Amino acid sequence: MNPAATTSIGTPTGSGVFFFILIVVVTLGITYWAAKRTKTTKEFYAAGRSVSAVQNGFALAGDYMSAASFLGIAGLVSLKGYDGMIYATGWLVGWPALMLLIAEPLRNLGKYTFADVVAFRLRQTPVRIAAAIGGVITVLTYTIAQMVGSGNLIKLLFGIPYEWAEIIVGAVMLAYVLFGGMIATTWVQIIKAVLLLFGVTLLTLLVLGKFNFSPGELYTAIAKQYGQATLEPGVLVSSPLEAISLGLALMFGLLGLPHILMRFYTVPDAKAARTSVLYATGFIGYFYCIIPIVGFGAAALVGRDLITKIDKGGNMAAPLVAEFLGGTPFLGFISAVAFATILAVVAGLTLAGASALSHDIYVSVVKKGSATEKEQVKVAKVATLIFGVFAVLLGIVFKGQNVAFMVGLTFSIACSANFPALFLSIVWKKFTTMGAVWSILVGTFLSLTMIILSPTVWVDVFKNKEAIIGLKNPAIVSMTAAFVVGYVVSILTADTEVEKKYVGQNVRNYLGVGAE
Amino acid sequence: MPKSAQEIIVSNEFRQLVKKRWSVSIVLLILLFVIYYGYILLIAYAKPFLAIKIGEYTTLGIPIGVAVIVLAWLLTVGYVYWANASYDPDVQKLKDQM
Repeated sequence: MNPAATTSIGTPTGSGVFFFILIVVVTLGITYWAAKRTKTTKEFYAAGRSVSAVQNGFALAGDYMSAASFLGIAGLVSLKGYDGMIYATGWLVGWPALMLLIAEPLRNLGKYTFADVVAFRLRQTPVRIAAAIGGVITVLTYTIAQMVGSGNLIKLLFGIPYEWAEIIVGAVMLAYVLFGGMIATTWVQIIKAVLLLFGVTLLTLLVLGKFNFSPGELYTAIAKQYGQATLEPGVLVSSPLEAISLGLALMFGLLGLPHILMRFYTVPDAKAARTSVLYATGFIGYFYCIIPIVGFGAAALVGRDLITKIDKGGNMAAPLVAEFLGGTPFLGFISAVAFATILAVVAGLTLAGASALSHDIYVSVVKKGSATEKEQVKVAKVATLIFGVFAVLLGIVFKGQNVAFMVGLTFSIACSANFPALFLSIVWKKFTTMGAVWSILVGTFLSLTMIILSPTVWVDVFKNKEAIIGLKNPAIVSMTAAFVVGYVVSILTADTEVEKKYVGQNVRNYLGVGAE
Repeated sequence: MPKSAQEIIVSNEFRQLVKKRWSVSIVLLILLFVIYYGYILLIAYAKPFLAIKIGEYTTLGIPIGVAVIVLAWLLTVGYVYWANASYDPDVQKLKDQM
């Protein structure tokens, strides 16, 4: 095999620009169509609850599979081999848990945000404020990670300056959400998921084509070039405690991601909510099964030297192997798919951030639920604009910063702040307002503090010699603490009025009677 | 005679329904833990096992990694199958009494 010596990555090619413009034009066309169907809050936040299970399955996959999992995992496998595969499995295992514990109750009990469920029978004001704090911090940290990552990736792929990349992503994404709300966002996520699955499938087939469609021959080439150890577990799981804590964060963090949870309100009923997870898990699982082949293919065909020359982290492994196998047109296509991937995820995050600010804080707390339909849509759009501009500014402020810890932080806060309160409010009759508030606050600030004092921030970002807390991922401590605090505080502040309302909640939760 | 929500919720059928729903969830969740953490613990404590060659160079770890993903997906298939075949009809029976 002759490794490719040169590449046109980083320069705008004709095909790259063509696919890029095609995606933007098509998605903006859909936004125009969706805008005419987005008049009420139900349409703006929940696409009128008219999304089918298959459509929501694709949209969930499109909301979840970020550029980091597409370009990042291919890169990790190309440079580290088998360890990249271990990493990929971790990103899938939350999905069955989401179906088993949260999907159906969420659909039956809520309206637009996960806070609807937590606040179902508790006192609105304190619970909404606490849930918005947990929700907004989760969405913000994930947005920062996505925006910084996308600025770097677009700069690498198209040669566009970082700041311009941020502004383009922000402007296109805002157009989707502001005018087309959840309907446009859903379709952008569906298109992105289809393009991504198609692109990676094609890439996998082209890679395998070079090895007579036999994975064994690909692994032989890898072992001969880089040694047998590349196909064996390496250093990724050096501490079991660390691995278990990370596993908990990945698994239950998914159950606390506001932009994912929000998607369950777009389907007509609990049955569709459940079925959509089946589809989403299938699509995402398929993606994580084949993406390592792309990574191994890049290492065998392009070579690690060129991959690391273009980007030290290996993020360009997939685009490089695409160029090697399909020339500049295929590179252009894959780059445009990566761009669509970024847009779809950021649009979902913006909608979730805006719904927490407008539905939970403005409508439920400030207006005590008395805002008119027209006012609610207006506030939702203002919140979208504020959140979108904020996202671009944060992207620019964090330019060049090491934000690798932000994704871990997002999942830790999601599983410690949002998930315990959400789950306890569904299954536990004696859960109280103060129990929910303290569980959320302890989960949020304990995971935040523990990450700041851990090696990932204290040493890698602040450049101190030694971390104050050795554990890189706090989930095992912070999630447990959030459950314990939620339990103890609820016992101390027992409330029989709240317990009585559990009857109405359960009829709606288990039978779907009275669900939106 | 239609029953009220209060009567439904204290009925034996409803209690059974809720109990069955969470039993199925918890059994499948335990399976998920066994599958995923089993894999992580193999990586931590049984590296040589995963390094066993099953082809000329291919290691056992590769199909096991793929199996973790496929089994996790099969759990969602299992739950949806159970819910469609057993849970939904039970819910309908209770709703008909209201």
